[in-house]
Amino acid sequence: MSETLLKVENLKKWFPLKLGFFRSLVSKKLLYVRAVDGISFDIKNEEIFGLAGESGSGKTTTGRCILRLIEPTDGRIIFEGRDITKLTPDEMKSFRRRMQIIFQDPYESLNPRMTVEDIVAEPLRILRIANSEDEIIAKVKEILTKVGLTPPEEFMFRYPHELSGGQRQRVAIARAFVINPKFVVADEPVSMLDVSIRAEILKLMLSLTKEYRSSFLYITHDLALAKHLCNRIAIMYLGKIMEMGTTEQVIDNPLHPYTKALIAAVPIPDPTARRSEVVIKGEIPSPVNPPSGCRFHTRCPSVIGEICRKEEPELIEIEKGHFVACHIYSKK
Amino acid sequence: MPLLDVRNLTTYYMTRRGPVRAVEDVSFAVEKAQAMGLAGESGCGKTTIALSLLRILPPEGKIVRGQILFEGKDIVKMSEKELREHIRWKGIALIFQGAMNALNPVYKIKEQIVEAIKIHEPNVTKREAEERAKKLFELVGLDPSRVDNYPHEFSGGMKQRACIAMALACNPKLLIADEPGTALDVVVQAQILKLLRELKEKLSISLIVISHDLSLITETCDTIAIMYAGKIVEFADIVEMFKKPLHPYAQALIESFPSISSKKYKFVSIPGAPPNLLNPPSGCRFHERCKYAMDICKKKEPEFKEVSKGHFVACHLVGG
Ligand SMILES: Nc1ncnc2c1ncn2[C@@H]1O[C@H](COP(=O)(O)OP(=O)(O)OP(=O)(O)O)[C@@H](O)[C@H]1O
Ligand SMILES: Nc1ncnc2c1ncn2[C@@H]1O[C@H](COP(=O)(O)OP(=O)(O)OP(=O)(O)O)[C@@H](O)[C@H]1O
Ligand code: SF4
Ligand SMILES: [Mg+2]
Ligand SMILES: [Mg+2]
Repeated sequence: MSETLLKVENLKKWFPLKLGFFRSLVSKKLLYVRAVDGISFDIKNEEIFGLAGESGSGKTTTGRCILRLIEPTDGRIIFEGRDITKLTPDEMKSFRRRMQIIFQDPYESLNPRMTVEDIVAEPLRILRIANSEDEIIAKVKEILTKVGLTPPEEFMFRYPHELSGGQRQRVAIARAFVINPKFVVADEPVSMLDVSIRAEILKLMLSLTKEYRSSFLYITHDLALAKHLCNRIAIMYLGKIMEMGTTEQVIDNPLHPYTKALIAAVPIPDPTARRSEVVIKGEIPSPVNPPSGCRFHTRCPSVIGEICRKEEPELIEIEKGHFVACHIYSKK
Repeated sequence: MPLLDVRNLTTYYMTRRGPVRAVEDVSFAVEKAQAMGLAGESGCGKTTIALSLLRILPPEGKIVRGQILFEGKDIVKMSEKELREHIRWKGIALIFQGAMNALNPVYKIKEQIVEAIKIHEPNVTKREAEERAKKLFELVGLDPSRVDNYPHEFSGGMKQRACIAMALACNPKLLIADEPGTALDVVVQAQILKLLRELKEKLSISLIVISHDLSLITETCDTIAIMYAGKIVEFADIVEMFKKPLHPYAQALIESFPSISSKKYKFVSIPGAPPNLLNPPSGCRFHERCKYAMDICKKKEPEFKEVSKGHFVACHLVGG
C-alpha cells in the first residue's frame, strides 16, 4: 500500500452562477460558485481515502471531477502516472474501465426501466469488456453472487422498484465492481440505508477492495463511520482542504479549529458519554463569495489576528503525513 | 400520573391490498418534564405513532384499539372539537418529519406562526400573536427582527428553529420532534439538539424525540423505546438500555452504531430486511432475523412485560 495510484493537483471547479436576465445585464462581472477551489491530495494503492465535510463543501464535485463526469476548471488529475484531464474522450475510455462511481441514493442511481441484469451488464457492454453474451451473463452472475444477491437468477430479472434499499445498493456496488475497477468513488454509499444493513454493505465494499485490490475515494459527512473505515482522511470546507492525514491524526488528534469543532459536534451513541458541543456558530457561508483570508475565519473560535482575515493559510505538513491549513500552525 | 400514558395503541392503514399493521399494541408513558426517545428503522411505525397521538392520520389510517391517556383523558375518544380546543398545539405539538422543507414558501414565517396561534386561540388578537411570534423567535435563538422573512431566506438550521418556534406557539405540554436532525449538518444538528435540551429545562415541557439515529436520542432523552416492525420491543431508562439491552434487536441496533469515541467498530449488521407490514411474521415479528430464535418465537407473540422497574421487554428469551 505504498505507491500512489491517483494524484490530484490544485483541482478547481467553478460553476458559473446563473443570474436572471436583468441581473446579468446589470452585473458585468461573471459570478462563480467556487465548489472546489484548489485542492491537492493523493490516493495510494488499496487505500480507502475519506473526504469529509459539511454539506456544500465540494465533496461530490471533487469525486465527479476526478472521474471527469464533469470537466475540472483547472488542475491536474494524474492516474497511474498519466494526466487524464488532457485525454480525448476516446483515450478516456480505457481509463473508464478502471474507475467507477457508486452514488449516494440507491433510489435514483439505478435506471428504473432496466432489469438488474441489464444494469450490471451495462458497463461491460459499453466498454466492450466481454467477448460474448454468454461471458457477460456469467460475469453478471458471478458478481451478483459476490454482493450477496443469491441465487442470482432470482434477482437478475427484477426491476429496481422490486428491491429493498439495501438490495439496490448491492446492485449499484455490483455494477461498479463488475469491471474490476482499480479505483472507485463511493459518494455517501450508505447514508440512505438503515444502520442495521449499513455495516453489511460496508463489509462487502471492504472485502471487494481487498479482492480486487482497488482503492476508494470515500465521500461522507459521517465522521464516526469514516474513523472506522478510512486509512486517511481529508476535511473540506468551502472548496478547500483544511486538514489531512491518517485517520488517527485527523480524528483522534485534530489540529485545525474546524476539524476540532466538527468532531466535538458529533453525537455519541452512549448516554454516559460527553454531550455534543457547539463550538462554532452559524452555518457554512456561500461558496459564491467565500470569506477572505482563511475561509473559516467568520466562524473560527481561535482567530489569532488580522492575518486570518487577510491571508489564506497554506496546507502545510505539521508532522509526517499530517497537513493543516491554519495560521496557528503556519506562523511559528 | 404520567403526562402521557399510551396503552395498547394499534393503528392500521386500510389499503386496497389489506390493512398495513403499522403500529400494534404499543404501550409507553411519558412523565412530566421528561424526554422519551422513539427509535427504530425506516418504516417501523414511528411517525404513525406521532400522528395517532394527535389524531391527524390520513383518511386510510385508523386507530383500531387502545388508549392514549393525556392528563388522564383518552384522546382516542375525543371529538374533533375537543382535540382542536385542548390537544393539538396546546396540549401536544408536533414538529413534522421534514417540516423545515415544508414551510409555505409564499408566506412570511411570522404569518405562519400567527395563523397557528389564531386557529387554536381565537381570542388572541393579531397584534398579540405577532408579539408572541417575536418572543418565540428569541426563545429558539433566532433574531426576532427576522420574523418578516420568507422561508427561502433562512438556512436549514434557521428553518428548523422556526419550525420549533411554531410548534411552541400555544405553550404545549408535550413537544414531539420527528427526525429533528435529519438533513442537517453535524454542527447545526448539535445546535438544534442543544436547543431542545434547553427548551425542556426552561419550559419544563415533556419531549418525544423520534429518530432512527440512536446518538440523537442519547443526547436528548431520559428514556427510550425501541421499535421494530410496528411493535415496541424494549422500553427503559436510557442509561439502563445502553448498559443492558435485553431484546436481540435492541442489542444489535445499539451495537451497529459506530461511535467516534470508540477504538474499534465491528461492522455488526442484522441480516435480512424488515418485514412487510401488510403481512408481518407470525409470533415475534423479529424471529426471521433473530440469531437466537427458538421454535416458540415463530408461534407465539412474546408479551411486553416489565422485567425490572421501568424496564419492559417483549422477547421469549427474557423473563421466563
Ligand atoms: N452543477 C452545479 N452548478 C452550480 N453549482 C453547483 C453545481 N454542483 C454543485 N454546485 C455547488 O457547488 C457546491 C459544492 O457542491 P457539492 O455537491 O460538491 O457539495 P458536497 O460536499 O457534495 O455536499 P453534500 O454533502 O450536500 O452532498 C455547492 O455550493 C453546490 O451548490
Ligand atoms: N398512508 C399510508 N398508507 C399505507 N401504508 C402506510 C401509510 N403511511 C405509512 N404507511 C406504512 O406504515 C408503516 C409505518 O410508517 P411510518 O411512516 O410510521 O414509519 P417511520 O418509522 O416513521 O419510518 P421513517 O423512519 O422512514 O420515517 C410503513 O410500513 C409504511 O409503509
Ligand atoms: S487560520 Fe485563523 S481563522 Fe483560520 S482556522 Fe486558523 S485560527 Fe481560525
Ligand atoms: Mg455530495
Ligand atoms: Mg417517519
